[in-house]
Amino acid sequence: MINKKVLNVKDALKGVKSGMTIMVGGFGLSGIPENAIEELVKLELTELICISNNAGVDDFGLGLLLKKHQIKKMISSYVGENDEFERQMLSGELEVDLIPQGTLAEKCRSAQSGIPAFYTPAGFGTEVAQGKETRSFGDKMYVLEHAFKADFSFVKAWKGDEAGNLIFKGTARNFNPNMCGAAKITVAEVEEMVPLGELDPNQIHIPGIFIQRIFQGSTFEKRIEQRTTRKK
Amino acid sequence: MLDKIGIAKRIAKEVKDGYYVNLGIGIPTLVANFVRDDIEVEFQSENGVLGMGPFPLEGEEDADLINAGKQTITTLPGASFFDSALSFSMIRGQHVDLTILGAMEVSENGDIANWKIPGFMVKGMGGAMDLVASADNIIVAMMHTNKKGMSKLLERCSLPLTGVGCINKIVTNLAVIEITPDGFKLLERAPGISVEEIVSSTDGHLIIDGDIPEMIID
Repeated sequence: MINKKVLNVKDALKGVKSGMTIMVGGFGLSGIPENAIEELVKLELTELICISNNAGVDDFGLGLLLKKHQIKKMISSYVGENDEFERQMLSGELEVDLIPQGTLAEKCRSAQSGIPAFYTPAGFGTEVAQGKETRSFGDKMYVLEHAFKADFSFVKAWKGDEAGNLIFKGTARNFNPNMCGAAKITVAEVEEMVPLGELDPNQIHIPGIFIQRIFQGSTFEKRIEQRTTRKK
Repeated sequence: MLDKIGIAKRIAKEVKDGYYVNLGIGIPTLVANFVRDDIEVEFQSENGVLGMGPFPLEGEEDADLINAGKQTITTLPGASFFDSALSFSMIRGQHVDLTILGAMEVSENGDIANWKIPGFMVKGMGGAMDLVASADNIIVAMMHTNKKGMSKLLERCSLPLTGVGCINKIVTNLAVIEITPDGFKLLERAPGISVEEIVSSTDGHLIIDGDIPEMIID
């Protein structure tokens, strides 16, 4: 067993520097690496280029980094529900690259898989395709999209072990598995670190080979963005 | 004239037995409430769940269980979870039978705009561009006119596009309209709405062929 376990978030984030490109897992506030984000705020790193589907809300998730102007550029698919983000974007303080959600996921997966680029129909005929190579296959048009290149990837899983094996829960899975191994260093934080051998190999979503560092997160608020219920 | 519930009820009639359906945010989300209960349908949400159930009871909300609108949800027996890349394999791979989404504008050649108003509102496209570029069967749910009373059905979209030539059908508070190679074709009127009212609320060419029946809403 190759041991990937580090003691805490501080050790897990060693080597992260201002100006780096980072991937951050999660969809909305579900499945975000809360501990890594909190540490990035504490480290006061700036000029970060951040690849994440969403940008958090004003006082949680990536919104915490935005509020302190630590992010130079966001690469996302949907950034509603964050007033500070919208203000910084419209005023030009923040660079924003909006790309289709499936393209975002595939750019992660390609980086993980050693595929330099791929064709997708998403965005053909729109401003997303501007300046990009397009090509027809059969009777349909496609846009060439390139794999991401990132320095660090921060993901969050439900359970993990010292070997770096991960299991995700519910829709908190989202982009997290696709970002594992998609950057030079992948840091996984887990809600529950279990003893080696306890995870059933049949049930593991991401094998430890994709992970360089894993740690037990100290706190998880797991905030709900849109609490919606029905009556009995 | 229909309200949002009425639009959702009318669209629910388009959902057929055995369909996998992706519902967008807003009116489309409501459609799930009105699908006939004698047919089998599974709802896909692009953040990574197939087999979505109703909203949870109060006290049973789970932060790890949400839909694409970030609302708390439940799952039904037979449900599954998956990552974002696999979710869009379902979508781009055309395994989803019906996509229902909202729009700011739709043009008579089937272009749709729903993600950006330059200099004013930029929320992003989310999964909409992947959905409209891939699906064969796309229905738009929207109000016929915007808050200023201007038609959202246009000869050409004025806003940045989400997809080109991809929309099949539009259900609004006034009408059901099909997109044909010759442009918008009026299929049904909302209860109490005349053909003339629909024509005057629609920019772009509207084909009216024979008597236009009133929608039947349960």
